[in-house]
Amino acid sequence: MTKTLTTTALGLLAVLGLTGTAVADIKIGASIAATGPAAFLGDPEAKTLEMLVEELNAAGGINGEKVELVLYDDGGDPNKARTFATRLVEDDEVSAIIGGSTTGTTMSILSVAEDAEVPFISLAGAIDIIDPVKPYTFKTPHTDRMACQKIFEDIQKRGLTKVGMISGTDGFGASMQAQCKAVVADYGIEIVADETYDPKDADMTAQLTKIKNTEGVQALVNPGFGQGPSIVTRNYKQLALDLPFYQSHGVASDGFIALAGADAAEGVRLPGTALLVADLLADDDAQKPAVTAYKAAFEAKTGAAVSTFGGYANDAFLILADALRRAGSSEPAAIRDAIEATAGLAGTTGVYTFSATDHLGLDLTAFRMLEIKDGKWTLVE
Amino acid sequence: MSELLQFLFSGITVGAVYALVALGFTIIYNASDVVNFAQGEFVMLGGMITWFAHAQGLPLPLAALIAIAATAALGVAMNKLMIEPARGAPVVSLIIITIGASIFIQGAAQLVFDKQIHSFPAFSGDDPIRIGGATILPQSLWVIGGALVVFLALWLFFTRTLLGRAVLATSNNRLAAQLVGINTNFVMTLSFALSAAIGALAGVLATPITLTAYSVGIGFALKGFAGAMLGGMGNPKGALVGGFLIGLFEAMTAGYLSSQYKDAAAFIVILAVLFFMPQGLFGRKSTDRV
Repeated sequence: MTKTLTTTALGLLAVLGLTGTAVADIKIGASIAATGPAAFLGDPEAKTLEMLVEELNAAGGINGEKVELVLYDDGGDPNKARTFATRLVEDDEVSAIIGGSTTGTTMSILSVAEDAEVPFISLAGAIDIIDPVKPYTFKTPHTDRMACQKIFEDIQKRGLTKVGMISGTDGFGASMQAQCKAVVADYGIEIVADETYDPKDADMTAQLTKIKNTEGVQALVNPGFGQGPSIVTRNYKQLALDLPFYQSHGVASDGFIALAGADAAEGVRLPGTALLVADLLADDDAQKPAVTAYKAAFEAKTGAAVSTFGGYANDAFLILADALRRAGSSEPAAIRDAIEATAGLAGTTGVYTFSATDHLGLDLTAFRMLEIKDGKWTLVE
Repeated sequence: MSELLQFLFSGITVGAVYALVALGFTIIYNASDVVNFAQGEFVMLGGMITWFAHAQGLPLPLAALIAIAATAALGVAMNKLMIEPARGAPVVSLIIITIGASIFIQGAAQLVFDKQIHSFPAFSGDDPIRIGGATILPQSLWVIGGALVVFLALWLFFTRTLLGRAVLATSNNRLAAQLVGINTNFVMTLSFALSAAIGALAGVLATPITLTAYSVGIGFALKGFAGAMLGGMGNPKGALVGGFLIGLFEAMTAGYLSSQYKDAAAFIVILAVLFFMPQGLFGRKSTDRV
């Protein structure tokens, strides 16, 4: 009870702008897969959060209060994520939670956060996290449905109507394949060939030959993740398939061009985030300041190249810090309302505008259609 | 027609990789009846070490040699540190030890190298060779050639050399082999070194096609194991034929049926063959004298 009184009092003081020195900290909780099989997601996310909290405190904190980050490593295990989420809520008494690197861990944290009525910003992709909308849950990464829509929009612009799909059978590929099939009709496009491959397969020429010989096929879409798309791209070149070729946001990194070979990847298009093409953004681009600031800070701090995933954590933190400033309180309900009122906040992934019915807050402009030319990313406009 | 040819090329490309992995299983199996589940990790190490050495600026052939030698040394270490101390344990226990070794090697590779996917340039360029409207990559020919050469060498080793016969004798009856003067410890060490070297060679040849990462070993081991079982465990001819057959089944199913059923079709064929011929296509008949 005293605790509640203190925080309320502090909140009031903050609103009145009377807090000259920080009396107590704002506690933010995080449960992230910093190690384990999903470490490629969680590692940059954890580093990003630690870096941002340090930066923020060095600049004086939020409304004069320092921010304290309570970071747990759930190793991508949903059971651990649930334990840590409970600990964050009950023992650490955090004001908000960021985390859930994977959809599995997010679902665990989500139920704890909703029960305790603590705002939660997820870093995972699945659309189920925010559809239907849950009062306390938000997320920053775009969904694979949006990636499909972006690709089909571009195919439609080229005046093509018949596409062949070749998808990985891993979680990412299968989910995106299903989402693409669900939205394809909205663009007047028909999927005339639908092939799959195992993520460990070494050769996809059989599937591609089948697509090549499909009557009327005009473009090729490859939802996939990891090494599969690189091999598909190499096989695409081997068979001299002369179709517009779309990869997914799952391989939006320089590593993809290196693995597939600049020669084979020439002309490949994919939906990626602004972070990937920071140098190419126009100076008046809304995302330019956020993207360059994050890229410069992260690369100076860690020496590693920025990744889309660290960008999700960056955006989650920006949204939360912004909400905390506006809420002027560390009361979870007030923070929740402030997050939902976020409008036009430019992050690395896109420009966020939340509402009572939209807890993702991104539209298709969050994706940039990129094309690989001479081994480099270029923007398709 | 060109379609069938393309499926065939796809099948033998993949099949040659499986065959090379399957061949690696035969020596250790012949020496000790142990199916070495760390065989896939040898393939992974072949690719990863070559990539690493090449990225440090060494020429590709030298990098490949280092990878094969280092992996062979690791095979010897594995035998000395894990298999030999457990001598006398039942075969099943030894197989479980190899699974442990596989997990250990994978974890170590993750720390020593990294978690990214890597590759290195193909030996003879990336320009596909066109035959009758279908295409095949020059690197595929390297893998196919590698599989054939290793097969020939193994076949000669087991049938024409005293050492090869010593390996077979050790497997047949370790005590009897010792009594006739065979140094069975040396035979075991040799068989691990050779198996590891063949695995690494598979990794070196296949990586420009399959790419490599710390986690690729299990996939190779499973398909190679399936190939070896289909052909008959322990027989180099069986490993070669079994590996190619599985690759061809997969490609034909993906091409003519549906890629969804590709893996299932291959395994159904294996089950069917093993049902009627439990020793595999070329396996030795097990006759126990009573």
